[in-house]
Amino acid sequence: MPKAELMDYDKALELFEPVLGFEVHVELNTKTKMFCGCANEFGSGANTNTCPTCLGLPGGLPQINKKALESSIRLGLALGCEIAEHSRFARKNYFYPDTAKNFQTSQYDDPICHDGSITIELESGRLVTVEIERAHMEDDAGKLTHMGGATGRIQGADYSLVDYNRGGVPLVEIVTQMIEGAEHDAPEIGKTYVAAIREIAKALGVSNARMEEGNVRCDANVSLRPRGSNVLGTRTETKNVNSLRSVERAVRYEIQRQAAVLHSGGTITQETRHWHEDTGITSAGRPKSDADDYRYFPEPDLLPMAPSREWVEELRLTLPEPPAARRKRLQAAWGFVNLEFQDVVNSDLLDAVEATVAAGASAQAARKWWTGEIARLANVAGVAGDSLVTPVQLAALIGLVEAGTLTDRLARQVLEGVIAGEGTPAEVVESRGLAVVSDDGALITAIDAALLGQPDVLAKIRDGKVQAAGAVIGAVMKAMRGQADAARVRELVLERAATIE
Amino acid sequence: MSEITAEQVAHLAYLARIDLSPLEITNLTHDLGQIVDSIAKVSEVATADTPATSHPMPLTNVFRDDVVVPSLTVEQALSGAPDRAGDKFRVPAILDEE
Repeated sequence: MPKAELMDYDKALELFEPVLGFEVHVELNTKTKMFCGCANEFGSGANTNTCPTCLGLPGGLPQINKKALESSIRLGLALGCEIAEHSRFARKNYFYPDTAKNFQTSQYDDPICHDGSITIELESGRLVTVEIERAHMEDDAGKLTHMGGATGRIQGADYSLVDYNRGGVPLVEIVTQMIEGAEHDAPEIGKTYVAAIREIAKALGVSNARMEEGNVRCDANVSLRPRGSNVLGTRTETKNVNSLRSVERAVRYEIQRQAAVLHSGGTITQETRHWHEDTGITSAGRPKSDADDYRYFPEPDLLPMAPSREWVEELRLTLPEPPAARRKRLQAAWGFVNLEFQDVVNSDLLDAVEATVAAGASAQAARKWWTGEIARLANVAGVAGDSLVTPVQLAALIGLVEAGTLTDRLARQVLEGVIAGEGTPAEVVESRGLAVVSDDGALITAIDAALLGQPDVLAKIRDGKVQAAGAVIGAVMKAMRGQADAARVRELVLERAATIE
Repeated sequence: MSEITAEQVAHLAYLARIDLSPLEITNLTHDLGQIVDSIAKVSEVATADTPATSHPMPLTNVFRDDVVVPSLTVEQALSGAPDRAGDKFRVPAILDEE
C-alpha cells in the first residue's frame, strides 16, 4: 500500500490545531457473557463457548448479566459519571461475519453512564481534563482470521474464519467529548488517557485490562482545524489501536498525514482507518457515511434497567482510591525521585512494591529488587515478576541482607532457591549454607594464609600501597566461597598486614 | 400521505440484504407509507406527558446471575454452518479486491 505523504510534525502544528476524541472499549472480566451463561474465557478452543443466544440462532433469548451491569456502573462512577435512572439496550444493525446476530446489542439514547471526566497528568506536569460523554454497555464481536493473501490482512484474503467465543462478551465503551487545546501534547494525551482508563479498570477489578489480549482497545478520532478558523475539520477514526505506544504513534501519524493532505489542497474523507502496528501507518477502511446507517432501535428482547439510587451509592462505596491519587501518595511516602517511581509504575510493580513495604522492607530495597534482579529473572523466564516470588518472601530476604546475614551476591543465590521452591529465604540460607561468614576467627585464618602466601603483596601493603590489598581480599573471598562481607574482610586485611609476623 | 419513496425502500432493502423485485418495491412503498401515517396519528394523541416506551409491560431490572452454564459442543455450534474449516466457521472474502 502506498506510503502517504507526511508533513513535519512541528510544521503541522504551526498550521493546524488538532482536535481529538477517543472511544475506549473495556472488556469486562465477568465469568459469563453479557446476555448468556457461556464462559467468558480467553484462549479456549475455537467455538467452545457458544450457545443459541450468542450465535444468534432462532430461539435464543438474551438475559442481562447483573455482574456486568454492576461492573459498568462501578467503572462509570470511577470516571465521575452520572448513572442513568433509566437505561436500555438497543440494536445496532449491520452485517459483518464477526457478528452472528447481524446486529450488536448496544445502547443508543439511554447509556448507563454519562457526563463524567478524568484529569490526567502529562510528563511535563501539565494537567488535562478529559470530559467523558458516555460509557455504555454492549457485547463484543467474534474473532476473525483472514486466510490467503500475503499478509493475513483482510485486504486480499481469499476467505475468513470465525471463532465466536468472544461474541457476546461484555464491553463498556467509553466515549470522550471532543478534546481541544491538546496542541503538541496530542499524541501524549492519547497515550496517557488510555493508560488512565486501563489503570482505573484494573484497580476496580472489572477487567483484566491487558491490552495485548485485547481487553482494552482504543479507536482514535483525529481532525485538524486550520489556525484562525473556528470550523472543525473532517475527522478520521483509526480503529483498534491496541497498545499505549500505538495510540501515541497513530495520533501523531494522522496529524502529519492529514496536514499534508490539507496543505496540498486535498480534502479529508470521513472514514474508518486501520492502524498497522508493523509499518506504523494507517490505511483507509470503509467510508463512514455508508456504515452510519445502523437503524438503531430499542432491543425488544431485553427489559429496561433502572438501577436504584441505593444500589448505586452502595457501589460508590466500593470504589478503590483513584490510581492517580494513590501514585501521588505512594511516591511521597516512599521518597522516590520521578525516574525511580516511573520505573516501578511502568513495570507494573506498584502493588508488588507496596506489599513488600507493608511486609517490613524499606521502599528503596523493595524497588531495587523488583526492578532489578527479579525483573531480570522474570524476563529470562518470560513471566511477570510478581509470579516468581511473593512480597512477604522478598521482605524476608531484604531483612536478611539488612541484618548482615547475606551480602547482595548471596541474597541473589537465596532468591534463586526461593524461586525454585526450596522454601523461605531463611530455610534456603540454612539448606544451602549461604550465610555470610561473620566469624572473624575464620576470616583471620584465611587472611593470614593469603598474606603469607603472597609476601610481595604483604610488603606493598606495609609500604602503604593499600590498593595491593585487593589481591588478598580476592583470595579470601574465594576461600570463603563468596560468603564474606568484603568491607569487613578489607578492614581485617589491613589490620593483619600491620601485625602479622 | 407520507413521504416514503421507492428509493428509500430500495435503500432499506439493501441495508437489510433483502432482494426485492420492482413490483415488491412499489407495493412496500405503499404499505410502509400507510404504516408511517398510522404512527403519525398515534403521535397526535400522545402528548408531551406521555413517556416514550419500548416495552408494553411495566417491568424493569430482570437480571441473570453471573454463573456459567454449559455451552453447545463445537459440533452442535457448527452444525448449521454453510461451511467450516476445522473448528471455525468459514465465510467468503469480506472485502472486494482493491
